Amino acid sequence: MNAPDNDLMVEVKNLKMYFPITRGILRRKVADVKAIDDISFEIKTHETLGLVGESGCGKTTTGRCILRLYRPTSGTITFNGKEITNVRESKLKPLRSNMGAIFQDPFGSLNPRQTAGTIVGTPLIVHDMATGSELNDRVAELFNLVGLDPGMKDRVPHEFSGGQRQRIGVARALACRPSLVICDEPISALDVSIQAQIINLLEELQEQLGLTYLFIAHDLAVVQHISDRVAVMYLGRIVELTTSEELYENPLHPYTQALLSSIPIPDPKTEKTRTRIILKGEVPSPVNPPPGCHFHPRCHMAVEECSRERPPLRDIGNGHFVACIRI
Amino acid sequence: MSVVLDVENLKTYFHTEYGLVKAVDGISFNINQGEIIGLVGESGCGKSVSILSVMQLILTPGEIIEGKITFEGKDLRQFEANGPEMRAIRGSKMTMIFQEPMTSLNPVLTIRRQMTEILELHLDMDRASAGERAVELLRMVGVPDAASRIDDYPHQFSGGMRQRVMIAMAISCNPMIIFADEPTTAVDVTTQAQLLELMKDLVTRLNTALIIVTHNLGVVARYAQRIYVMYAGRIVESGPSEEIFDDPQHPYTIGLLNSVPRLGEKHGTRKLVPIYGVPPNLINMPPTCAFLPRCTYKTAQCEKEPWPALRSAGDNRYLSCYVDVRGKQ
Repeated sequence: MNAPDNDLMVEVKNLKMYFPITRGILRRKVADVKAIDDISFEIKTHETLGLVGESGCGKTTTGRCILRLYRPTSGTITFNGKEITNVRESKLKPLRSNMGAIFQDPFGSLNPRQTAGTIVGTPLIVHDMATGSELNDRVAELFNLVGLDPGMKDRVPHEFSGGQRQRIGVARALACRPSLVICDEPISALDVSIQAQIINLLEELQEQLGLTYLFIAHDLAVVQHISDRVAVMYLGRIVELTTSEELYENPLHPYTQALLSSIPIPDPKTEKTRTRIILKGEVPSPVNPPPGCHFHPRCHMAVEECSRERPPLRDIGNGHFVACIRI
Repeated sequence: MSVVLDVENLKTYFHTEYGLVKAVDGISFNINQGEIIGLVGESGCGKSVSILSVMQLILTPGEIIEGKITFEGKDLRQFEANGPEMRAIRGSKMTMIFQEPMTSLNPVLTIRRQMTEILELHLDMDRASAGERAVELLRMVGVPDAASRIDDYPHQFSGGMRQRVMIAMAISCNPMIIFADEPTTAVDVTTQAQLLELMKDLVTRLNTALIIVTHNLGVVARYAQRIYVMYAGRIVESGPSEEIFDDPQHPYTIGLLNSVPRLGEKHGTRKLVPIYGVPPNLINMPPTCAFLPRCTYKTAQCEKEPWPALRSAGDNRYLSCYVDVRGKQ
């Protein structure tokens, strides 16, 4: 593991990612989808940063920007002390061997015609890390690492169950010994009884290999379980960022409060005493987001000023960041 | 409170080329007027097939082998699946809300057409009054600007709004019972909260029975009065929801509750306890308990005897297990 000098693995500053909407034969740009609208955060080495939000809030785009699958519109991304925002495509290869990605759908993210062994071994070949018997050994080692029998390496994905398939995805992500792994909804496509197996596996691997995770998910209970710190996103912006305990015990942003209260808890007694904040309306379109604070049209605390200026994400002490002028 | 629906020993099998799939293997449940019950289980455990069987929507190679389905005092199995009696019940007295509102609404028809069709067919309304009623229903479920949006197509609605349209259609003929099959799985949590509150308010107001089919234990904890837990085509445990969550007695229920992270637990304080192994393949199952390979409480008796029948385990509680797990947890 090439540990950086300071304890920051990733530093994201003023990141923006706009996708143009084009019309007509000349593909004239008519508007932008503001998938990420100026966000800043950091991921410390060996920590798990959770990223939660509803669909369309920009959490996956954030993960993809860090992986440099997109070239951001503006802002900077620093990885292990090196700025990677504008590194050319041809120079990205060494960078990517240091980052792994686990995807949501263990059915769609594995090539159905390749054997499990090939899927896990390909990153090693691409990055010239192993050949021949060395490759076979490393693949077997990876299979053992994620709790699969190396004897199954000649099977194709459909011969595995959903949970096993996700284990193959994890093995592939870890093949090049990355220091950072982007987990994009890694368990939401799995059965309830299988989800815990994968969560535990990810936790064990982190401890064993000293990994750093960016854990993207919409299920706040899962994110809170696995993360050291959590960032809550709404419509392309981070509205709150703090430790996972603080987020649950002392949520400050009205959106976080509503989000927490909408998550059902599997305990009828607790459920009876909880007050629920039911949000009105729906998430607006990121093409034409509301002015000022993006959340103000649905917020019960909103005042007139909220529609005028964007609230900055500010530290209110102990590393608890919140973007709301009413706090 | 009177019983609206009583299902007894329902068996639905699928004759596939790989073998016999006992998707639903002798389940019994009932629901009272105005009651909300939860049917919980993982994908492939037979929960959807159970309710489709009740509505007689099982196609070949599936077949309802046996069982008694009593709805409003009549045995539904005496009626032809496509006969006039079933068609009068389906979509009117017994309705369904599906998981994916995009695929369950017809994309080439306006919402007005899809809603008025039900009203014209079941309630003999003329087109004009059906249209008025449809607008009224959309207002009831909280679709803003209902009078103009009713002429939109499904793709012009967001996921949450489409599900509201589905709910409006489900309540349009004052049903006795609504089946909601994973009604909020495809939507975000804040929308899920909106929809569940809406459904609860509506069924309370209309005194309709509601069966929520879901894999999400949290959803049933809040809304269901009673819970049935299904595994591999059978009900393994049932009872009032508070008791099931407080004192689960089937190893599978215990496993499910221990394997989900709970909001508010301190980070790093509890390691999740997963259920080892995978859900069984339902083709040509062994006669022993289907949970046996994954069970941590199994005894020698479990290996020998067939899958235990549901036995009474306290007031209104039923359990399908040889082992008394109390004191062992």
